[in-house]
Amino acid sequence: MISSNLSAIFYLISGVLFILALRGLSSPETSRQGNFFGILGMIIAITVTFLSVGNFSTGFFVVLIFLLIGGLIGAFIAYKIPMTAMPELVAGFHSLVGLAAVFVAVSAFLNPEAFNLGYPGDIKLASLIEMSIGAAVGAITFSGSIIAFLKLQGIMSGSPITFKGQHPLNGLILISIVILTYLLCSTQSSNIFWILLAVSFLIGFLLIIPIGGADMPVVISMLNSYSGWAAAGIGFTLENSALIITGALVGSSGAILSYIMCKGMNRSFFSVILGGFGATEQSSSSKSKEQKPVKSGNADDAAFLMKNASSVIIVPGYGMAVAQAQHALREMVDTLKKNDIKVSYAIHPVAGRMPGHMNVLLAEANVPYDEVFELEEINNDFANADVAFVIGANDVTNPVAKTDPQSPIYGMPVLDVEKCKSVLFVKRSLSPGYAGIDNDLFYKENTLMLFADAKKMTEDITKNL
Amino acid sequence: MEIDPFIFRLSIFILSIFIGYYVVWSVTPSLHTPLMSVTNAISSVIIVGAIIASLAGNSDTIFDTSSIFGFIAISLAAINIFGGFLVTQRMLAMYKKKKKNKE
Repeated sequence: MISSNLSAIFYLISGVLFILALRGLSSPETSRQGNFFGILGMIIAITVTFLSVGNFSTGFFVVLIFLLIGGLIGAFIAYKIPMTAMPELVAGFHSLVGLAAVFVAVSAFLNPEAFNLGYPGDIKLASLIEMSIGAAVGAITFSGSIIAFLKLQGIMSGSPITFKGQHPLNGLILISIVILTYLLCSTQSSNIFWILLAVSFLIGFLLIIPIGGADMPVVISMLNSYSGWAAAGIGFTLENSALIITGALVGSSGAILSYIMCKGMNRSFFSVILGGFGATEQSSSSKSKEQKPVKSGNADDAAFLMKNASSVIIVPGYGMAVAQAQHALREMVDTLKKNDIKVSYAIHPVAGRMPGHMNVLLAEANVPYDEVFELEEINNDFANADVAFVIGANDVTNPVAKTDPQSPIYGMPVLDVEKCKSVLFVKRSLSPGYAGIDNDLFYKENTLMLFADAKKMTEDITKNL
Repeated sequence: MEIDPFIFRLSIFILSIFIGYYVVWSVTPSLHTPLMSVTNAISSVIIVGAIIASLAGNSDTIFDTSSIFGFIAISLAAINIFGGFLVTQRMLAMYKKKKKNKE
């Protein structure tokens, strides 16, 4: 058994290591070292906890068994999961953090002596408040992430689920959480604690169902943030600095990512959270889209255009992930490069279903990261490029965002794809994207639509090059 | 009057939020997915609470209601810790720079 002062110092060290873990991610070169710091921090935290509890009886081995079971499952998932499923995985992991926070809070509520928080029915007021916050936020994270997971996995429809009185109902539930916390503090009743948990689970569920599939980058980031605040709440209860530091880091990390994602869509955080986007517009757009002429081509035409180009910019989107086309795409690019054609990739901040989704997929396909550019870095290059190859992206290329103030996506930063000499647009059909609006790019003079599955089309082009 | 230790914890918390703010803004956008998976892994340091919950109880049995919650929480957090760090490592290993010499 080590003194609590010594263990507090070790917890501080592991907190610092976690900061370094995030710091490492500022560049791909230092990132692997950063991850190592993170692992080290975790090992220190766990070891110190074992030493400070100092209970090495049978219970210790039971703990090790549970640790091992979880570890094996985690490791198995980490090695098996395809990179395209990363958003689902992260959502799933968030739900586990949330549930773990709930369980720790429950355990602390049932047996406060173990945590030096007082006695059942007579828990210190401050601890009780911290505990309820940790438990409530944890529960919201859990049920919210489950819904996000189901939507991303396609088990649940990605379209928003809305009903009358949704927002007043949610508001009412949120108020009831505050009231229940107050009642819990004044009565210490375990029944109220259970009701508080149930209501929190419910609100997590209700908050996420109205949010549509393509808003998932914001949702995942937001749940990331919540999982951090839940951890911090528990950290206050346990008086543990490692948890408080980590909770604050993760909380602000998720909040910043949500902000970046909202900015990428030019939408306020609240409009995303309130949901329902893309549900109403879909019907209205279907009327106006007939008649306009569209040029469509085949792989042969596309190969011809690209062969005669000197520079090509690739714009990947969620469709590339769905079609698993990233490897085929890289093969096509290799062939282009052999013909001395300059190729770069343009990534919109909200391409895909989570922040950085496209970058990971391209990295998986062995695309060097210094060929991949963010919107601001590359947007001026479209004017000088010969061919833009849009694969699986849609709304993020729509010039309407710059021209039509009536459009729901007006003001959203978009890639200036239409400035290229010619645009190749790989898509299954002319159907509108997530925002439910028609893409003007389809009907431009210099656009050639390639109607096919992204992967198959890319492979065919490679054959024709 | 002595300062309540809570205030010190609050100070740590607030300052860490600021550290998080500056550190996360410096993360390159291409690494945002690994950022999420690694924050996932480190937030599972909540496992320390789970370990205390399952070991520090004063009852004679290993399994009482509160420790059972602790045990389950240990497994949940462990899935995240191992899964989170390993999948981050797997992703980061894929980020490669352009080869200088053409083959």
